[in-house]
Amino acid sequence: MLKYVVKRFLLMIPTLLGVAVVTFFLLRIVPGDVVEARFVGGGQGQFVDYALLAQERVKLGLDQPLWKQFVTWMWGLVRLDLGLSMWTGAPITEEIKLRLALSLQVAVMATVVATLLAIPLGVIAALKQDTWVDYAVRVFSIAGLATPSFWLGIVMILGLLMIFKWLPPMVYTPFWVDPWENLAQLIWPALAVGYRYSAVATRMTRSAMLEVLREDYIRTAKAKGLWLRLILVRHALKNAMLPVVTVIGLEFAFLLGGLVVTEQVFNLNGIGMLFVEAIARRDYTLTQALVLLTASAFIVVNFLMDVMYAWLDPRIRHG
Amino acid sequence: MAITPSIDRAATLLDAPPRRGWTADLRDFIRQRPLGAAGAAIVLLMLLVAVSASLLAPYDPLAVDFGAMLAAPSADHWLGTDAFGRDVLSRLLYGSRTALIVGFGAAFFGATAGAILGVASAYFGGRIDLYLQRVMDVFISFPLIILALAMVSILGNNLPNLIIAITIPMVPRAALVIRSSALSVREMPYVDAARAAGFGHARIILRHMAPNVMAPYLIMLSAFLGQAILLEASLSFLGLGVQEPTAAWGLMLRGAAVQFAETAPWMAIFPGLAISLSVFAFNLFGDSLRDALDPRLKTQ
Repeated sequence: MLKYVVKRFLLMIPTLLGVAVVTFFLLRIVPGDVVEARFVGGGQGQFVDYALLAQERVKLGLDQPLWKQFVTWMWGLVRLDLGLSMWTGAPITEEIKLRLALSLQVAVMATVVATLLAIPLGVIAALKQDTWVDYAVRVFSIAGLATPSFWLGIVMILGLLMIFKWLPPMVYTPFWVDPWENLAQLIWPALAVGYRYSAVATRMTRSAMLEVLREDYIRTAKAKGLWLRLILVRHALKNAMLPVVTVIGLEFAFLLGGLVVTEQVFNLNGIGMLFVEAIARRDYTLTQALVLLTASAFIVVNFLMDVMYAWLDPRIRHG
Repeated sequence: MAITPSIDRAATLLDAPPRRGWTADLRDFIRQRPLGAAGAAIVLLMLLVAVSASLLAPYDPLAVDFGAMLAAPSADHWLGTDAFGRDVLSRLLYGSRTALIVGFGAAFFGATAGAILGVASAYFGGRIDLYLQRVMDVFISFPLIILALAMVSILGNNLPNLIIAITIPMVPRAALVIRSSALSVREMPYVDAARAAGFGHARIILRHMAPNVMAPYLIMLSAFLGQAILLEASLSFLGLGVQEPTAAWGLMLRGAAVQFAETAPWMAIFPGLAISLSVFAFNLFGDSLRDALDPRLKTQ
């Protein structure tokens, strides 16, 4: 087992390195750089002081050859130093910290919403396969996948405004300052994202339950005359949970980077908003840090899932 | 005596029901999978609308009418007008073209490139497989929207570039799924036979293995259709996709639609409904297709 875990852990390194390389070079293919974004802007026919641009580039190290810039960045990463934002000059950890807290909270709340919706719905749909209940659940979950969460957000705000004459607070209040104010703002994006996110988990719960319900041990349990609800919870659900947990975990990992559009609608200053800003400003260092952050969230969750599977299923670790 | 078994076999062959036509298959599909059939019907309707948008649209989708800005739905403008007085219904109809072109384009290229990579990876195995898998791992680790966002920033946002930007994050996802099916196909005797016959790698991959991973390919393709339309809408909503004044659903939700949502809610509601309905239809159809192609999920 330990051998498998170590091997699987080491496999994360080339993936992360690959993400770093791709991000680094992709960003530098994007036309324009931070200096141009700041001093030239969108103004056409405006006087541009090239000496100033060159001077700024030297200050940011952008005049160095690419490989040197890459090595500098990597060396910083090894020392766990993400460097300074090219736009604001502030340490990146500071830039990210507050935004991350906000996005993480929305992601966690959306996950709770999704789980509460998905598991009961999926189980019911599987038990009543091919009845109108099953169809209703499927339509509900497919609709969730089909509805853009940014549009759902717009409709929610519109509904609150028209029906209750009330708007959720537009300024972020940290949870520890005023929990009510905080929840009143964040529950809506969590619902909008959570509904969409529940769709995948509902479908996974349904199909996993369907598969498990046909297993011999369920038939045996039924034949023994066990109480049906006990069979469901102790035998079926427990065995069907693994793929469901996997899906929920992976979706959670993706949520960190996937909130881009939703944050825009709810005016949340989270990771997604920062992302769009950083790319538009050609803030290389900040964008690189953000991509690494979201990608490593996904890679680490993936690793944890694989280890969990191996722990539960000996065939994997010896295969 | 030795003849009888073969005569028996011939007799059963004669008794076998005649090959059914596609109309019978279609009728069965509708009866057994009403949801999937409904999805397919909506998709067909969308295709018709997109093709005949110029005939159906009551107004020019780009025609600005400052006399009728933010007009509520009425007999003249069934779904109202936007902040420039453009007819929302006409823009919706024309917008279906953008959505379908991007949807079909990105889904087709994404699933096909993924399938070829996946099958090749499984066929060659060994080191090539290992390296390809690592590269796929890298690209899968990027959130979908972020990779698309980066691609759009690099390529610039006209329609073909938008399709490429949405295709790229789909390729590794398709490759992953199709590789796992192709792994079992590789072990089939006919692949050995083809290799023994001295066929080249490309011929074995394209002619012998690819047709046998058709089911997962079609499943991925139909799943990507909806995702591509959603992704296009998201990018356009962020201002990074289709550009004004082209009619696109995501773009119609941007800016004024949110700003004037309270006074002119039709601007915000109808384009979103169009996106949801079309993705919904594609997903319904894709879901039923998956159930039909994956025998493990069949009832009883």
